[in-house]
Amino acid sequence: MEFGPQVIFELPILGGIPVTETVVNTWIIMIVLTIVSIIGTRTFKRVPRGRQNVVEMVVESLNNLTVQTMGEDKKYFSSYIGTLFLFLLVANLFGLIGLRPPTADVNATFALAGLSFIMIHFFGAKSKGTGGYLKDFLEPFPFMLPMNIIGQLATPISLAFRLFGNIIGGLIIMSLAYGGLLTLSESLGLSFFPIFQAGIPIVFHLYFDLFAGALQTFIFVMLTMVFVKIAMD
Amino acid sequence: MEETNFIMMALEWLMEFEPAALIAAASAIGAGFAMIAGIGAGIGQGYAAGKGTEAVGKRQSQQSAIVRTMLLGSAVAETTGIYALIIALVLLFANPLM
Repeated sequence: MEFGPQVIFELPILGGIPVTETVVNTWIIMIVLTIVSIIGTRTFKRVPRGRQNVVEMVVESLNNLTVQTMGEDKKYFSSYIGTLFLFLLVANLFGLIGLRPPTADVNATFALAGLSFIMIHFFGAKSKGTGGYLKDFLEPFPFMLPMNIIGQLATPISLAFRLFGNIIGGLIIMSLAYGGLLTLSESLGLSFFPIFQAGIPIVFHLYFDLFAGALQTFIFVMLTMVFVKIAMD
Repeated sequence: MEETNFIMMALEWLMEFEPAALIAAASAIGAGFAMIAGIGAGIGQGYAAGKGTEAVGKRQSQQSAIVRTMLLGSAVAETTGIYALIIALVLLFANPLM
């Protein structure tokens, strides 16, 4: 069995760059989020009604999450955190409509974890000054320097693999469950109409897509915030 | 004396098979062994959940903060289990030895 992302088409430059399902699904998410944002933020009134209430609630809860985790003085991170949260949430819930979640590709999760890594060190160096930032690597003892460097490098790896492992694990279990239900239907002579694939996978979707997807989104965003906050304070 | 050397006998028996089949079999066994690491993640998450329940029982007003901290902690505890899962998946689907 093959669980990697399929190549949809190849860009005919530089000897052919393969464009995988991950990239195409990310484009779909980008288009959906952009359209929802444009529609959602049109015609704002002073007194919110209908659609504007929902948009304000989402933005406010993302702002509150940032303020609660990072503190009032770091509220300006909420724009990045909110974007990351919405993107990851839609990406992790993508399996519900039968498409492959982009986060089930180690390249995508490593790109996001790399962004977090750059943020941690950039804002750490910015808020403490370069000297104070470098001095932190010698805490608590100077001979702990290699340990600290390894610890810092392990952060993005664990962030990326946590998200990737959860989503790909769910994906593999889901496809095994669908395959098993197909075989079960075939053994009853219903190969043209796999009756068991209707209804039963809802339980798996509820756990592996809805619960695990939403939880991993939350975890990724929370850990990014916590690491940036620790690096800055 | 030659007949009782079981290690040599086992190795000779293994040499009868194709190398690719041996590597595939060993990878499958290795993937199974790698998932033993799930024990640690399970114990850690269970402990975190138990302590979280205890804390909610003591202070019900702080429930949302406790649940948030518990989920964060159990996700961090899960990391080692996820590493084992990644290694098992690599052994099964993206084996560098084959």
